[in-house]
Amino acid sequence: MIDVAHLTLAHYVGLGAILFCISVAGIFINRKNVIVLLMAIELMLLAVNMNFVAFSRFLGDVSGQIFVFFILTVAAAESAIGLAILVVLFRNRATINVGELDSMKG
Amino acid sequence: MLPWDLIFFYAFATVLVLAALCVISVKNSVHAALFLVLTFFTSAALWLLLQAEFLAIALVLVYVGAVMVLFLFVVMMLDINTESTREGFIRYLPVGLLVAVIMLLEMLALIGMKQMSALAAPADPGGASNTAWLGNALFTNYLLPFEVAAVILTVAIIAAIMLTLRQRINTRKQDPARQVAVKAADRVRIVKMASAAKETPTP
Repeated sequence: MIDVAHLTLAHYVGLGAILFCISVAGIFINRKNVIVLLMAIELMLLAVNMNFVAFSRFLGDVSGQIFVFFILTVAAAESAIGLAILVVLFRNRATINVGELDSMKG
Repeated sequence: MLPWDLIFFYAFATVLVLAALCVISVKNSVHAALFLVLTFFTSAALWLLLQAEFLAIALVLVYVGAVMVLFLFVVMMLDINTESTREGFIRYLPVGLLVAVIMLLEMLALIGMKQMSALAAPADPGGASNTAWLGNALFTNYLLPFEVAAVILTVAIIAAIMLTLRQRINTRKQDPARQVAVKAADRVRIVKMASAAKETPTP
């Protein structure tokens, strides 16, 4: 049975899985709002980072924490460009509703 | 009696999960951004429990301090129609929950929680300073990725500026190149005129 009397790797990995599934549900139910979609992506990256840090600590390997460092860097760049695109989109179309962004007939 | 670290873990994990649920379910986008701040803060506390001090502080500084402030600026700058972005929320709720629950069960079955729970935390591998441990690896084995990360950030800055910069037509502005290149002849025009005789007052 799972050891619940001590803080183990299973706790952190389970928490990361729960967080990832919450963000997947967020992407499903907030299909119209681009801002909340971006926030759900940030949550997903946070879940992955949680796993990386936990494995790095419990296996005694520094590479996991280095990888989290790079994920933070790329996620910051991603959200900056994503929000810039959002601002341009709102300026041109006056909406952020995904349902109305159909000019490419995709 | 539970050990202290486990009590703190459960407390922070509860707050983390509840805040994440609020992020995806509240109606107002500003509130969602604030709950996301709470989520990041709580996970920074959880990373402190893992003795990853540098990353915990970096998460607070970079995410709460910079990225979430950017989010809040954009959310407050845009005039968002809340009603139209909420449509379909109830319709997609069952399928979203179903997919999330099935995915969670699959993940927990796949990763083998039992083997992982046997793995207790070893002594802190970083020794006294987590930052020194991280820095030693970052500036030796991972130097090239570190430089590439700097390039990525520069590209992101330039891209964000170029995307949002716009030329307005009616704004009045100075052009320094034209100001420097101006000549005296452009500004003052000297007109030669024949001198006129003084009018004599008529008696």
